[in-house]
Amino acid sequence: MVSFTVEDQDGNRQNIEAPDDMGLNLMETLKAYEYPILATCGGMALCATCHVEVLQGEEGLGNATDVELDQLENLPEYFPTSRLACQIRISTLLEGAIIKLRGEDN
Amino acid sequence: MITTDICIIGAGPVGLFAVFEAGLLKMRCHLIDYLPQVGGQLSEIYPQKPIYDIPGYPEIKAQGLVDNLMKQIKPFQPTFTLGERVDHLAKQDDGSYIVTTNDNTKVHAKVIVIAGGLGVFEPRKPVLENLEKFEGRGVTYMVKNPETFRDKKVVLAGGGDSALDWTIYLANLAERVTLVHRNETFRGAPDSAAKVYDLANSGKIDLILSANLKELGGNGTLHNVKLEGKNKEEIVIDADYLIPLFGLSPKLGPIADWGLNIDKSAIEVDTRDYSTGVERIFAIGDINTYPGKLKLILCGFHEAAIMMHSAFKYVYPDQKLSFKYTTVNGVNSF
Repeated sequence: MVSFTVEDQDGNRQNIEAPDDMGLNLMETLKAYEYPILATCGGMALCATCHVEVLQGEEGLGNATDVELDQLENLPEYFPTSRLACQIRISTLLEGAIIKLRGEDN
Repeated sequence: MITTDICIIGAGPVGLFAVFEAGLLKMRCHLIDYLPQVGGQLSEIYPQKPIYDIPGYPEIKAQGLVDNLMKQIKPFQPTFTLGERVDHLAKQDDGSYIVTTNDNTKVHAKVIVIAGGLGVFEPRKPVLENLEKFEGRGVTYMVKNPETFRDKKVVLAGGGDSALDWTIYLANLAERVTLVHRNETFRGAPDSAAKVYDLANSGKIDLILSANLKELGGNGTLHNVKLEGKNKEEIVIDADYLIPLFGLSPKLGPIADWGLNIDKSAIEVDTRDYSTGVERIFAIGDINTYPGKLKLILCGFHEAAIMMHSAFKYVYPDQKLSFKYTTVNGVNSF
């Protein structure tokens, strides 16, 4: 299990735990915790409704792919540590990270 | 007015296969899609990606599947309205519907099938106060008719291919073109980026990098656009038009206003026949939801077959439906 913090649009923070051995991504985990994420495209990095800002711990998450960067670049609002949650795999590297929800459509 | 038995909204793989299932039951189809080509996401977003879970195809490229579906439904002569969005459904006294698109194309059909996938791809909007007030009064999200911008002061915002391409195109047409981009570099096509830099260096356009849109000014119509520059300074640009180009995002669109039961951007259906709560309106493929729903093309194909057998009673109310195999009867074209 890995444990990290999620901050919703209103600034409320919650620690959540997720299994790191089931091939889950962060978008799926956030949906499982009933955060209001549409994830319209189902995780193909095509809709950016799972846009998050990594407030802490971004160095462990690996680099965004070109497809992901294309989406992020296009967003009207975007931050230096913006990512798409569907492209972040749940692994021990997430331990202690702080993730803020930024999806515009939610 | 186009008259048909079944109007299918959405020409993705499931909408296309629905034509086949309808055709076996002698029902004609007209399809409408907001994208300019058939195939939905498969053709628009990932045409070259392989798909591995189509029964009978260990691997098939997305565009290959679309091409095959078009071949498969050809005997049933479907007709298409592409590049238009369905805005209204109007129920007629006899229970049939008249569908109207944003370009005022009208389709009269006995049955409506919503196979809208992710919904319609709509422009993403920047977060600006008063943005809505200026929409259609200077703020526009697409270039429909470039002549609109002749001899006008135009500000474009964005860093993708469409922002670069329209900057280049409008540079010769508009009085003044300013491209605003929040980064120092462009991820769009390198050739287009090079052209934009050339235009800026030769003074034909203004290129403002590391800047963000902040505020819109004007009294009724747009007069200027305020930016925040690299060092947080305010930059004011006179403008007749602002064209924000921040890509497209899938939205449910007008479907949300048709009185259907919607749960998280999907239409709730009865799994006996994929009917919605409204008579003669069905929903199949990624746009519907029900307990156990899987958003898979193959599930959409199954839904299409079941759904068309249920729709038969509206198209041929006096006939009894008999179930037949294609291996017995073949495919009898129209």
